Amino acid sequence: MKDLADTSGQPPGAAPNAPPAIELRGISKAFGPVQANKDISLSVAKGAIHGIIGENGAGKSTLMSILYGFYKADRGEILINGQVTQIPDSQAAIAAGIGMVFQHFKLVENFTVLENVVLGAEEGALLRTTMSNARKHLTEIAEEYEMNVDPDAVIEEIGVGQQQRVEILKSLYRNAEILILDEPTGVLTPAEADHLFRILRGLRDEGKTIILITHKLREIMDVTDTVSVMRRGEMTATVKTAETSPEELAELMVGRKVLLRVNKRPAQPGPTVLKVENLRVVDEDKVERLKGVSLEVRAGEILGIAGVAGNGQSELLNVLGGITRATGSVQINGQEIDLTGKHSDGRSRRKRGISHVPEDRQRAGLIMDFAAWENMVFGYQWDPALNTGWLMDNAGIKAETEGKMERFDVRPPNPQLAAKSFSGGNQQKIVLAREIERNPDLLLVGQPTRGVDIGAIEFIHQQIIDLRDAGKAILLVSVELDEIMGLSDRIAVMFDGQIMGERLPDETNEGELGLLMAGVTSGEGAR
Amino acid sequence: MDFSTLIQVLDSTLRLATPLLLACLAGLFSERSGIFDIGLEAKMLISAFFSAAVAYTSGSVWLGLLAGVAASMVFAFIHGLASITFRGNQLISGVALNFLASGMTVLIAQSWFQQGGRTPSLIGGARFEGVELPFAIGPSDAAAAGRPLNEMLSEAGPLQLFYSELISGHSILVYIALAAVPATWWILFRTRFGLRLRAVGENPAAVDTAGISVVGLRYAAIGIVGILCGLAGAYLATGLQAGFVKDMTAGRGYIALAALIFAKWRPWHALGACLLFGLLQALALRTDVVETLFPFKMPVQLLDSLPYILTVVILAGFVGKAIPPRAGGQPYVKER
Repeated sequence: MKDLADTSGQPPGAAPNAPPAIELRGISKAFGPVQANKDISLSVAKGAIHGIIGENGAGKSTLMSILYGFYKADRGEILINGQVTQIPDSQAAIAAGIGMVFQHFKLVENFTVLENVVLGAEEGALLRTTMSNARKHLTEIAEEYEMNVDPDAVIEEIGVGQQQRVEILKSLYRNAEILILDEPTGVLTPAEADHLFRILRGLRDEGKTIILITHKLREIMDVTDTVSVMRRGEMTATVKTAETSPEELAELMVGRKVLLRVNKRPAQPGPTVLKVENLRVVDEDKVERLKGVSLEVRAGEILGIAGVAGNGQSELLNVLGGITRATGSVQINGQEIDLTGKHSDGRSRRKRGISHVPEDRQRAGLIMDFAAWENMVFGYQWDPALNTGWLMDNAGIKAETEGKMERFDVRPPNPQLAAKSFSGGNQQKIVLAREIERNPDLLLVGQPTRGVDIGAIEFIHQQIIDLRDAGKAILLVSVELDEIMGLSDRIAVMFDGQIMGERLPDETNEGELGLLMAGVTSGEGAR
Repeated sequence: MDFSTLIQVLDSTLRLATPLLLACLAGLFSERSGIFDIGLEAKMLISAFFSAAVAYTSGSVWLGLLAGVAASMVFAFIHGLASITFRGNQLISGVALNFLASGMTVLIAQSWFQQGGRTPSLIGGARFEGVELPFAIGPSDAAAAGRPLNEMLSEAGPLQLFYSELISGHSILVYIALAAVPATWWILFRTRFGLRLRAVGENPAAVDTAGISVVGLRYAAIGIVGILCGLAGAYLATGLQAGFVKDMTAGRGYIALAALIFAKWRPWHALGACLLFGLLQALALRTDVVETLFPFKMPVQLLDSLPYILTVVILAGFVGKAIPPRAGGQPYVKER
């Protein structure tokens, strides 16, 4: 606690002659036949923010799990501050000054912040003195790094940004000098992510070493000093962030040139396909989730809905997809559709030409234990074309699935494989193939590239653009602002169940959209 | 209903609540650590048998108690092995142990004592005697005065009657059960072990990443379960009754689980719930009192089933939400 205060007087950044904070030499780890890490060497200077970037399954998490004592490496050694260190378990990692913030927080939901912080680092068998000392210590750390959290707040009652701060505080409370963050911005709003980066820079300036694992190129460029790229279990490059570019990193990650910007021609909008007026949804707890939403989508255009998760976008998709009931009016090609009665379900919607790629593909888009070919017909199993009499035409479905898997580049192209055996990107391609190949008038797409590798993102975006160019209407919901900006022909921003305003992608910027997402209207142009 | 009848009913409530309370607290430790234990019944039953058998054979109730607790610990350990080490289904393991205990006790009893699956009646030092607290009128006073105990009690004032009949004169295990309530509360909420135990039942991953052994904590909880269920079973056979009979736990393990839900996994509320359920059992035994209490004919079966009905009401959410520990019933597998 004292020594923490003392370091504040030192100049920020790395000491030139000090040994690296972390050095990995020839780390290898295999799970059965899968070589997750191949002969990885890495050196991270003290007082640096080092990024590790790579696609899902590239071996980033395995490497960090070895560093945190979750796995034992098959070969290789770990040096902390120049000393060879054995890390057989998490306890040893903590003792070596390593703290880890996992992608899915390891917090006890119904404990207070203070209880979570002391868990496992108690001073003695009784809690009384631990708690009062920890309260003082925690307040000091929180003030030093500007991470204010109420020590008595219960975890499940605070936001994810705050919960993440608790995770960081947990590590600092254990005197971590090396902090590993695994995909830390996945759950944060842009503003929360910026705040996190400010905290990380502050920690670096205090001499802490930070390893940031992510697949978002922009974060790497924004916050890191050096960056390593991993691909298929190997460390392919380590470069200074200032001397590289997103394009170069993307190429190193994927192993080929990747288009980061979506290539598309200007839209050729046709007649109105979807017309929504004054849509309202009240949930089980009597909370109004949609507060009179009106919008239009025309043939041959993409309307992107931007917004922080939980501001009514999911409800909008669910109403249009026939999952949630609502009041108001929705017209498809000029005809009213049923929002409350017995034709308010997914099957009726699909018969009216609405296809739906749900936001949560693993829960609503696929049955994970079922084979790809079975998943390829869900929602359309009533279609006479898929049946022979009262039996399903399984042979025909399988043959058709093979074609779809080929056209949508699903890897491996094996219809018999269970959905859960595919990577996130390939799962999404299965859902997209199913919905797009029905040739819908309107495609609803929620979070098309969540958890999808950068290479697959490019492909999925292209499929959506192609569908637009085929004259279809597309309603896109995404929390990734880049995606919204890149794909949409018009952008509507949702906040608190309302449309805050509409913008054209060429005439707006992230700053303006960010303000609208936070519920701030600038006056002119806002509805 | 006069005062002395009320005292008698309450006295019997306390005795009947004791095994429930011990088992309920056992369940509390287990479920707070994330292990569902439907086999409380099995551990009570096996303990009841071995405590009675050893107490009869050795003539010492204390040796009986030790044997009962040991037997209960063995069963608890088997459940631990199945559900913690081998990550099996906790309900199936518990149910299997219930069947095993039910059959095994009768079988061994028949083979050892040839009395139709029961142990011989326990007498003298093979049973827990009541503890006479200071200034209470008890059997020793009656013997000294050379008069029947009932007569002396009927002459006593209400305060003396309350003290002598309700507070004093119970077996030591009753007092241990009552003392276990504040002890449990203190352990759970005032000690490092308690903090970790509560955490492991809510999110074992948090405990694991903090560098604490999930398996160790859960086995510690299982050990406590073994001791408490052992005490409960021994009390049944050597305190409440005088010997083991077939299936003598009579569903108390399940009622204890019901009480645990009723108490929403909190120690003091567990005491309240067990006393309430004990009272219902006491009333079911005193049909004369029930007749004077209710203007209509109250079926005894209804009293017996009330604990379950009340639990269903609680579970349905009429009296606030009963949220079990979140990691309950799931074996912990370290994720990648």
